Amino acid sequence: MTEFLATPLGTLILLVLETLAILVPLLIAVAYATWAERKVLGAMHLRKGPNVVGLFGLLQPFADALKMLMKETIIPAGANRALFLLAPVITFVLAMIAWAVVPVNDGWAVAKINVGVLYLFAISSLGVYGVIIAGWASNSKYAFLGAMRSAAQMVSYEVSIGFVMVSVLLCVGSLNLNDIVLAQRHIWFAIPLFPMFLVFFISGLAETNRSPFDLPEGESEIVAGFFVEYSSLAFGLFFLGEYANMFLMSAMTTILFLGGWLAPFGVEPFTWLPGPLWFLLKVFACMFVFIWVRGTLPRYRYDQLMRLGWKVFLPLSLLWLVLTGGVLMATGWVPRT
Amino acid sequence: MAEPEVTAAGQAAEAVERRVVEIDSHAINFGPQHPAAHGVLRLVLEMDGEVVERADPHVGLLHRGTEKLIEHKSYMQALPYFDRLDYVSPMCEEHAFALATEKLLGIEVPPRAKWIRTLFAEITRVLNHLLNITTYGLDVGAITPVMWGFEEREKLLEFHEAASGARLHANYFRPGGVAKDLPAGLEERIAEWADAFPKLVDDLQTLLTGNRIWKQRTVDIGSIGAEDALAWGFSGPCLRASGVPWDLRRSQPYDMYDQVEFEVPVGRNGDCYDRYLVRMEEMRQSAFIVKQCLARMQPGPVKVQDNKIAPPRRADMKRSMESLIHHFKLYTEGYHVPAGATYTAVESPKGEFGVYLVADGSNRPYRCKIRPTGFAHLQAIEVLSKRHMLADAVAIIGSLDLVFGEVDR
Repeated sequence: MTEFLATPLGTLILLVLETLAILVPLLIAVAYATWAERKVLGAMHLRKGPNVVGLFGLLQPFADALKMLMKETIIPAGANRALFLLAPVITFVLAMIAWAVVPVNDGWAVAKINVGVLYLFAISSLGVYGVIIAGWASNSKYAFLGAMRSAAQMVSYEVSIGFVMVSVLLCVGSLNLNDIVLAQRHIWFAIPLFPMFLVFFISGLAETNRSPFDLPEGESEIVAGFFVEYSSLAFGLFFLGEYANMFLMSAMTTILFLGGWLAPFGVEPFTWLPGPLWFLLKVFACMFVFIWVRGTLPRYRYDQLMRLGWKVFLPLSLLWLVLTGGVLMATGWVPRT
Repeated sequence: MAEPEVTAAGQAAEAVERRVVEIDSHAINFGPQHPAAHGVLRLVLEMDGEVVERADPHVGLLHRGTEKLIEHKSYMQALPYFDRLDYVSPMCEEHAFALATEKLLGIEVPPRAKWIRTLFAEITRVLNHLLNITTYGLDVGAITPVMWGFEEREKLLEFHEAASGARLHANYFRPGGVAKDLPAGLEERIAEWADAFPKLVDDLQTLLTGNRIWKQRTVDIGSIGAEDALAWGFSGPCLRASGVPWDLRRSQPYDMYDQVEFEVPVGRNGDCYDRYLVRMEEMRQSAFIVKQCLARMQPGPVKVQDNKIAPPRRADMKRSMESLIHHFKLYTEGYHVPAGATYTAVESPKGEFGVYLVADGSNRPYRCKIRPTGFAHLQAIEVLSKRHMLADAVAIIGSLDLVFGEVDR
């Protein structure tokens, strides 16, 4: 068996199985994230949320998916056909392939590469292309405004996300996501790097175009922003991509700051739960905060968003980066590999 | 005379030319189908990127010819049209027409009817402000207040339904009183609500008033000074937010407003935030007035005891020939109003809502000009939103509390 797995065919089969093992649960989680969001928001709004399709509305995501599949994909006159259809595919595919490097447990990642952080950073930066192409190819003013907002927003917040990652990397001394988690055995980085943790999470909200930074969609201003012209499965792919990105951001927060699959404090009652379950719990907790924020806060304005990104987060993360480096040097805690 | 004409034409041509050179803008059609258009507002925005260079509101998409229709209806038939003007605060609109007709008829309404009208006018004010504040929040991106507000509105609409039989188009305030007395038990239910209501206002306040994002989005957005506000014909909360303590309930009280205590909240800066704050405080004051009305209401007749104007009791019609004739005459011919003219205004939740009613002695109004509140506010959109961003224009529309049934009539 082991010999067969070493052959090219065996490697391929293994790879496909590994990929499915991460993508299938991910897609199911995404489907239920839409359900959970509506339920949680419903509870905050003093209403019930979906409760008709299936028990507690549990089949609602499938009903929605089915509806999305059955609808016609309308391509507006004047739209660039190829790009119009390419954009949602880009968004969706990028949201999926990022998961290749995410370790769910010690060594449980499809691709155990040594530059995991850089890979994630690159993939999430590419995400902006789906949005820009969608906005441009739709040939609609509202979509165009949405795409412009989105491009500016995602680029600005990536800068501070980058600095936050660098300060984590300084503490770890490795770009391998597995090593980053293992470096948190003694203390989760959320505690010593607390301001960075906040900056990262808030930038994550902006990066995924979630409330209060949902300007690219801006329901009440630019109707639905960059995907205003989309329908059917093309819209569905954007939707899935958005939620998969939320999961990705939650997973990154978990890995960089909340100790990944490690149990809190590493002591008895907590260690009874297996690592992957801890990982999921932490990701779900982050997802809940995503939804909670949406239920609570109004939306930022375009210029305020830019101000927050460039004038608050960027100096703060830069300062903290220098501080982290300084402290590491002064105390001699610089990790050696 | 020829020379200045040439110059004017030349200037115009020059202006046109300069426009073409200077403005690198794109126009977007904001509405009539837009989530933040509050009905059927069509706003043509000339944008410089995200900045609004010119806002040109187009009205008339909901024009139904109400004023003309009223000229062909008896006074009793004209009243329901008022529900359909500002469909968010129907009873206050009825109030203006009822008061105007009563003034022309020269009749005095019994006290209980006045108390009931004051009570329901204030309930209507809360209804209106709840809708406005929460949808305004929604425009700015806060999705939770709207659900909380609508939950509460539902309770109030049940009171409407209990009193009049209809949730929205009540047709309840009539010239000469109200359509019928409150059903048994309603007063207690309203009192219960009025005690609990300030808690909801507190909850809304925790979500919005101190919220930094909310403040960033509304403070100093769409500011208008007291003088400008008066010059643009502002009234109601929009005018008071600019610092003018003008409230028709106080300055020319109608019905029982001179008998109740309440405070008139006044803003200072006339920006979107102040307009929001004024409305929040008005809701508290309204709940306070509701309590006073309930406490001081005495049993008694609810319409004038003159069957030439108010219909007789249904039970009487079965026994009294006189009543039957009155009923028949009232519901076919209606009553004749002596010739005369009046401008009667009430403080509707949105501001001064006036009716200019001309009677020629017949059973139909000769002319009924309606002074809508939103129209005056809408015309200021251009000055309020100039050089603001698109998102601010949305907040400004929300803060002006526009309802197009009333603007377009």
